[in-house]
Amino acid sequence: MTGFDTAVHSLYLLAAASFIIGLHLMTAPSSARRGNQLSAAGMALAVVTTIALLAHDHVMTAVAALTLAVGAIAGAVGGLLAARRVKMTAMPQLVSLFNAVGGGAAALIAFGDAIPHAKSVGLSALPVSTTVTTSLDLLIGGITFSGSLIAGGKLAGVIPGQPLSFPGGRVLNLVLALAAAGSGIAYASGHGGIAMLWILAVAALGLGILVTLPIGGADMPVVISLLNAFTGTAVAMAGFVIHSTPLIIAGALVGAAGGILTKLMADAMNRSLFNIIAGGFGTADSTGIDPLGGASTSVREVTVDDASLQLAYASKVIIVPGYGLAAAQAQHEVVELAQALTEHGIEVSYGIHPVAGRMPGHMNVLLAEANAPYEQLKDLEETNPEFARTDVVLVVGANDVTNPAARRPGNAVSGMPIMDVDHAKSVIVIKRSLGHGYAGIDNELYSNPKTAMLFADAKVGLAALMTGLHAYVH
Amino acid sequence: MTPLLFADITVFVLSLLVGFEVIREVPATLHTPLMSGSNAIHGVVLVGVMVLAATTNSVLGYVLLFVAAAFAAMNVVGGYVVTDRMLEMFRPHPRPIPADDTHDRAGAS
Repeated sequence: MTGFDTAVHSLYLLAAASFIIGLHLMTAPSSARRGNQLSAAGMALAVVTTIALLAHDHVMTAVAALTLAVGAIAGAVGGLLAARRVKMTAMPQLVSLFNAVGGGAAALIAFGDAIPHAKSVGLSALPVSTTVTTSLDLLIGGITFSGSLIAGGKLAGVIPGQPLSFPGGRVLNLVLALAAAGSGIAYASGHGGIAMLWILAVAALGLGILVTLPIGGADMPVVISLLNAFTGTAVAMAGFVIHSTPLIIAGALVGAAGGILTKLMADAMNRSLFNIIAGGFGTADSTGIDPLGGASTSVREVTVDDASLQLAYASKVIIVPGYGLAAAQAQHEVVELAQALTEHGIEVSYGIHPVAGRMPGHMNVLLAEANAPYEQLKDLEETNPEFARTDVVLVVGANDVTNPAARRPGNAVSGMPIMDVDHAKSVIVIKRSLGHGYAGIDNELYSNPKTAMLFADAKVGLAALMTGLHAYVH
Repeated sequence: MTPLLFADITVFVLSLLVGFEVIREVPATLHTPLMSGSNAIHGVVLVGVMVLAATTNSVLGYVLLFVAAAFAAMNVVGGYVVTDRMLEMFRPHPRPIPADDTHDRAGAS
């Protein structure tokens, strides 16, 4: 190893270490921003080191250098503009897009690496370790690319959020899976050459689309966590193909992060990964059970004035936000209300279910954007013991995650960890109608005698409560 | 199995384990920034694209290289910027009120 090589590898090591330390700092709110900046600095170091390496080796053609530079600048500008302009409610689809392009780039590395080898040495002369990882990289990266684009399209509302399936979908899935496996194994064992990679690429892209389309909107937090883990794995495979340690380390770290989030999200919905990928919630099979049999007749409505009065005379209030709040973009209104209550001496916290938003932790980001102090943001485990000594729970746009039916077996939400809002002294639910959540069943909370319904859009209802509150609080 | 491949596999497996250990304790509050931040980290694929450029010498190769470079750069730049924007908003106290009494989340609850 020459002195130059030693320097390059040392700098790569430093970059990889900064990724790990950066991720570690991201596990506490107070140090998270520094962690991300440290990780970004490590990334800049890795890129600059690679530029030095390429300049030193002097093997790149001028066309390749120009293509690389123009492509990278175009992508960087696009990414920068998108990241600066995106609204916090649109965050999930942007993260999906970035995840898609990362997976796409990893898949293209596998492809791009095979082309010159096919010309010079012949693919059969490549070591099996390279051809196997090339196949895996292309397969995983391809699935992630198209799958993340579909997931992002669903999150953005471009593609309908309901589970989409069509006759023969399962058969087509099977055909594509067989084509992918066949072409991947053929290429890995040195047969068929580049043509096999084309088949594999098309099959992987098709699989990504077909596997993601039938997954319902409520399962999106799980799916994008899983796709994130996939991208990490694809990048690690790309690292095997071109023997790049920073790619292997970073890819494995992301694979681990995505894996942990996938498990947390699936647990929060009490659903197995297989169940989610096979599709389910919101489809025909869950509509048969109706534990209430016409709840709409027995619910109690409350006026804005009464609800405001209740809040003003409470000593402890927990706000349970759900998807309806995110959809109505009412995060500023809810935080304003919470601040007014806090200033009035009322103990306020937010009880946030793990799947409250459209990606893991999305609700926390929305509330943080609206200036909610993070020590008021409590998770499921922290909040549930608190309900018993809570005067008023304000449920804003949350449905299935508050349904007490989850404690009984035999319905669509059975076993799902829920917010125990019915343990509180009283509950106010702001909701547009008695419509069903993703699970497609009635919420027994709404017919509980403790519960009062305030039928309104989240944003409008919260603003009205704020106005009403001024009569009692100033 | 060559020693080089074995070294790569070792690095991969150990990094996975380190990743599990480091990230396991992340609070729900930070799930989105964590995902977005780890998303940015896999933007290191840009380094791979640059290494790939050194051996690219065909028309198809240049096309793939261009797309890969654009994808990877978008991933890495967008990922870090958007994560930073998100984390900037995570404050222990509301912004208009100056942060005078500091108590950590760990102390509460």
